[in-house]
Amino acid sequence: MLKQQQTFLDQIDPGMRAVVSELRGGREFASRLAGMGISVGSQIKVLQNPAHGSLLVLVRDTRIALGRGVAAKILVREPDHEQPDAAE
Amino acid sequence: MSNQMQPNEPIRRAGTTGSPESTILVGLAGQPNVGKSTVFNLLTSLSQHVGNWPGKTVERREGSLCRDGMHLRIVDLPGTYSLTANSDEERIARDFIVHDEPDVVVMIADASALERNLYLLAELLVLPAPVVLGLNMMDVAREQGIHIEPHVLEAALGLPVIPLVAIRNQGISELIDTAESLAREPATFRPVRPEIAESHREVLAQVRALLTEHVPDPYQDEWIALKLLEGDREVTDKAQSWLPENNWSSIAVLLKEHEDAVLDIASGRYDWIARMVRAAVMHPGLGQISLTDRLDRIVVHPLWGLLLLLAMFTLIFWLTFTVAMPIQHWLDVNVVEQLQGWLAATLVNVSPWLADLLVHGVLGGVGIVVTFAPILVVFFTVLAFLEDTGYLVRVAYVMDRFMHLLGLHGKSFLPLFLGFGCNVPAVMGARVIDSQSGHLLTILLAPLVPCSARLLILALLTPVFFGDQAVVVSWSLISLNMLVLAVVGIALNHTVFRGQHAAFIMELPLYHLPNLLSIGHFVWNNTWAFLRKAGTIILLASIVVWALSSFPGPDIEQSYLARFGQSLTPIGKLMGMDWRMIVALISSFIAKENAIATLGILYATGEEGRGFAETMAAVVSPATALSFLAVIMLFIPCVATVAVMHQETRSWRWTLFGVLLLLLIALSAGVIVYQGARWLGIGV
Repeated sequence: MLKQQQTFLDQIDPGMRAVVSELRGGREFASRLAGMGISVGSQIKVLQNPAHGSLLVLVRDTRIALGRGVAAKILVREPDHEQPDAAE
Repeated sequence: MSNQMQPNEPIRRAGTTGSPESTILVGLAGQPNVGKSTVFNLLTSLSQHVGNWPGKTVERREGSLCRDGMHLRIVDLPGTYSLTANSDEERIARDFIVHDEPDVVVMIADASALERNLYLLAELLVLPAPVVLGLNMMDVAREQGIHIEPHVLEAALGLPVIPLVAIRNQGISELIDTAESLAREPATFRPVRPEIAESHREVLAQVRALLTEHVPDPYQDEWIALKLLEGDREVTDKAQSWLPENNWSSIAVLLKEHEDAVLDIASGRYDWIARMVRAAVMHPGLGQISLTDRLDRIVVHPLWGLLLLLAMFTLIFWLTFTVAMPIQHWLDVNVVEQLQGWLAATLVNVSPWLADLLVHGVLGGVGIVVTFAPILVVFFTVLAFLEDTGYLVRVAYVMDRFMHLLGLHGKSFLPLFLGFGCNVPAVMGARVIDSQSGHLLTILLAPLVPCSARLLILALLTPVFFGDQAVVVSWSLISLNMLVLAVVGIALNHTVFRGQHAAFIMELPLYHLPNLLSIGHFVWNNTWAFLRKAGTIILLASIVVWALSSFPGPDIEQSYLARFGQSLTPIGKLMGMDWRMIVALISSFIAKENAIATLGILYATGEEGRGFAETMAAVVSPATALSFLAVIMLFIPCVATVAVMHQETRSWRWTLFGVLLLLLIALSAGVIVYQGARWLGIGV
């Protein structure tokens, strides 16, 4: 399998989907995100990504507002196309 | 007056005595926004006690329920997404389950976001208490096209699963029946517990081996080992204190090598969840646009969202002025003043001293407390309504980019905005902010928002001193307050609260119709808490100020208060004020509008046809007037606000810090404004 390219979540355009591949913010950060449905392997759909201000994402049927600083610590990759869409 | 409940008081357990009147302790757990309070209210409607968890600002709600000779004590645990020690709420919830050993935990889950909700279940199942799962909002899930088979889920999890629609009271009695029977026979509880991923199973066993025999009751080795791998700070500190140095250093090395374990543990839990729901949940994911998505296109839009917000606030203030103010006025005139008149007439021959104390000291204080009630009821109703429908968090989302500049969370916006009406609900409303530092910072900043009483003072006094320029002066002074708020916010954020900011992560729940029962409970609990706790402080302060202004007599000009004001003349001089203005400032502590009444008494000439306003305009220079207005706008909060600051922070130190900070700011502003005006040659 090819190693897919990773980007930070704050670089993803609204309407796009991605899969969380890495969390870079320490253990406490990771455990806080986990409770809200964001873990490595979660499918994310970006609903809003304004130039300034927080992002709005849909993950595990939940709409979550994420500060830009938070989104800049979440690495994502393109979703596998054959996987069923679990984020919707 | 203490309403703190003792969570550790001994109770008879169902399992131990088996007698019909024994008590079952039920912990009600769940993530936020799952309708847990609705369930709690339905179960315990008339028997609720609201207080705080010992030593915490988190609200503790407990209630009881008697059915068929069985007494159930139900404790509503704080809503938490997980059980790692990231917040007070999470610590409280898990400490309750570990230390209070509930007979059964009822976990409420939102069926429309089941996988995320089951994350909490995965954490609960590692703790010893038996769990019943209530799947709430089954109707919402159905509307979203999600089909759930509770029985299949029950079989997969190995624990009772009850479908609910709490807002329509569906499934509640079955839920509590099931909880009761599980509590009676805890041995029947054999759930399918989540296991740690293969790659970390060995290290978990190693950590566990090093812990064995050092973990005190009621903690369990397995759970402590898991939490260590997750990097839980509280458990790490605890384990370090329990273990001999050798064992701890071995564990520390293991933890260092497996720093990524937390990611695997989280993913492992979601893998377990995926296995559990595979057969039970049909999730078409057709991508249909829900009502929430459609509403959100406007509500969280950067421009339309702001306009909607503006409309909403116009409505709130319209409500305040058309509903609350007239009731407040009516209460003041028809209840408080009538009572004062009657008491004064009755006691005049008994003891004029006692009459004065009761009429002005006691009833004056009671009057303030009582007349606050209508405003609070309106504000709390609006707050609960907006929170319950799901709009409040969206306001926070829209405003976050602005509030962020002040180091505040988007959720601080609404409470601060309410401050324009009254600072009391602003301080109380700050509890919607989850982060402790954000909560505290909002409470400290709230009194800088000019409340309606101060706006009234501006409206009354600026025309007296500044004539045509009144509007310009008023707006300048309001802007000064906002500027100070911003500067203090940024300053505190970079000093006292430095580095204490939790990442901005917030769930935007689906919109739903508000539940009137929940709103009613919220309004009643908060208004009652104010009347009871703040009421006492207001009453005492009112009596003290009455005493200071009445003794030794015969009138206020010879009182201790006046002498105190006169002793402050040197400070007053710097601000261009004489002792009368200082006394007026001090009297504004009871209620801001008292400053006007005090000025009225002290500047009264006794001449007919010449009010205090004309006298003041004649003797007070514009520079002095400007400094006085700047000070009163920024001055220490009124006693009601101070009382709720203490009620909400549960700390006299923070309350005092807030008050002294404002005192310092107000006096500095007075000096700067007066000296600046003189230097510029304005109105000397």
